[in-house]
Amino acid sequence: MSVTASSPADRSRAWGADSRPEGLPPAISPDTLHAPLGKLPGGWELSVRAFRCWLVMYRRTWRASIWSSILGPLFYLGAMGYGLGSLVDAHGTASLGGVSYVVFIAPAVLAVHAMNTALSNSMFPVFGAMRWNSIYLAARATMLRPADINRGHLLFITMRIAMNSACFVIVMAAFGLIRSWWGVLLLPASVLLGLAFAAPVAAWTVTLKTTTPMNYIIRFGSIPLSLFSGTFFPISRLPAWIRPLAYATPLWHGVALCRSLALGTVTAGSAAIHVGYLAAMAAIGLWAGARSYRGRLYV
Amino acid sequence: MSSAPESEETSAGPVEQEVRSTSDASDFSSFPGALGLRLIERHARFYRRLWLVVASGAAEPLFYLLSVGIGIGGLIGTVQGPAGYPVPYREFVAPGLLAVSALNGALNDSTFNVYGRLKFEKLYDSVLATPLGAQDVALAEIGWAVVRGILYAVPFLIVMAAMGLIVSPWALLALPGAALVAFATAAAGVALTTYMKSWQDFEYVVLVSVPLFLFSGTFFPLSVYPHVIGLIVEWMPLYQGVVILRDLVLGAPTWALLWRAAYLAAIGALGMAVAGRRIAKLLLV
Repeated sequence: MSVTASSPADRSRAWGADSRPEGLPPAISPDTLHAPLGKLPGGWELSVRAFRCWLVMYRRTWRASIWSSILGPLFYLGAMGYGLGSLVDAHGTASLGGVSYVVFIAPAVLAVHAMNTALSNSMFPVFGAMRWNSIYLAARATMLRPADINRGHLLFITMRIAMNSACFVIVMAAFGLIRSWWGVLLLPASVLLGLAFAAPVAAWTVTLKTTTPMNYIIRFGSIPLSLFSGTFFPISRLPAWIRPLAYATPLWHGVALCRSLALGTVTAGSAAIHVGYLAAMAAIGLWAGARSYRGRLYV
Repeated sequence: MSSAPESEETSAGPVEQEVRSTSDASDFSSFPGALGLRLIERHARFYRRLWLVVASGAAEPLFYLLSVGIGIGGLIGTVQGPAGYPVPYREFVAPGLLAVSALNGALNDSTFNVYGRLKFEKLYDSVLATPLGAQDVALAEIGWAVVRGILYAVPFLIVMAAMGLIVSPWALLALPGAALVAFATAAAGVALTTYMKSWQDFEYVVLVSVPLFLFSGTFFPLSVYPHVIGLIVEWMPLYQGVVILRDLVLGAPTWALLWRAAYLAAIGALGMAVAGRRIAKLLLV
């Protein structure tokens, strides 16, 4: 097949446009491929298109994860909150601020659940889209830019976090574990917390070559975070030298924000610090994601 | 206890081919099932390069010990121990987490990794081209998962000793006890894995292992439950393992422990028989 043909007609013949079987759409000629693209839609329009691709897939696969994502946190709430809580309450709850143990940990279980949903959706699925089923590479062949692909996937992850968090907030309300009308803000707070993890982690995962580092993030990152960030016991119980580290973790800010909303102890100053910290992480993650996706997809 | 990971082997890059035949296979075939040692040796060689994966898995229950034992323990004080007198909560919870660490080690290997070798690596297809049979494969997979359970339990026991959480010489039997927990888990895990159709089915592994972990008397005594639920919990395999290890470590063993051990051994034997037959069927031997 000659690839040095000069006229457009020769070139389409060289691409086999004449010999295509009937019924197939016409082959794309090199002229179309190399034509100037014109102005792409700006803003988030293309990101929403990438998001809709993930929705189509989720419609086929949602059954697999629905049970563990709804029942998992309920198991923790039942075992730790009610089972272990009966022992804690018998011993006295002064160090918890006078509320029963289950009321103390329910907002923390919500925050941990949001973080875990964010991590499980921004690690293996991102890695898979890059390396296994190559969804990202297929998306690159369209007019989507790397930043659109990144933000489209993050929109889908945000939806998953919101779904799981909403289920748990409803359970909290049904069991009387929300003590204030500020509780209506629990859902946006947990979604913000999830995004503060998902955006930077997705930006990092897309650069990976093997899955092994992700196991380390779970075992040395999310598990210690979920155990020591003021979740199951107040940070004041930790040794004094390690407390500043616990106060600096993003999960603690999420836990403190959710707890103050559920108990109605929220103040403008502390809420501004927590929200600002989490929003800054999400913003940095979005910026880094646009860069790292560009690096991986435009090489 | 976190989200379902993929098989460590299929994700670890190119698979090392270890088919060096350094000595004749008949060296080992002097006792039944001995050929399976060859497959265990293959796994040991493979994981020599992935030792950090194994080490990080062993770290997980240690984090729970520090958080629950020390952090929450201070909120609880003492609970009723097996010998009838109150013990500090951290001494109560540590043997339970020891059982969990043995279960974790055995479960990860006997489910996710066996599935990866069975469906994606096709490891057993090549194994069957050697003198090994399907029963050897089942024995070796269960054996390796038990080894991994022990690899998780040993550092945990050392940390327990360093924290002063071992109060009785009976604790010397805790390691065989943990191995028994790992054996029951591994045999049941391999047997059930042969029925799995896709990675999505492993959601059920998580769905079963999380309540086992949380409700098997690991974190609180049976007396917390209403009577009926307590009767159900007593039939959970991990509960039996937790009671065995707790009674040994806290120095209050009774003859009833032998019945509990027999229950775990029976689960293991049943799982092993099913696993051998199913692997033979799947591989069309």
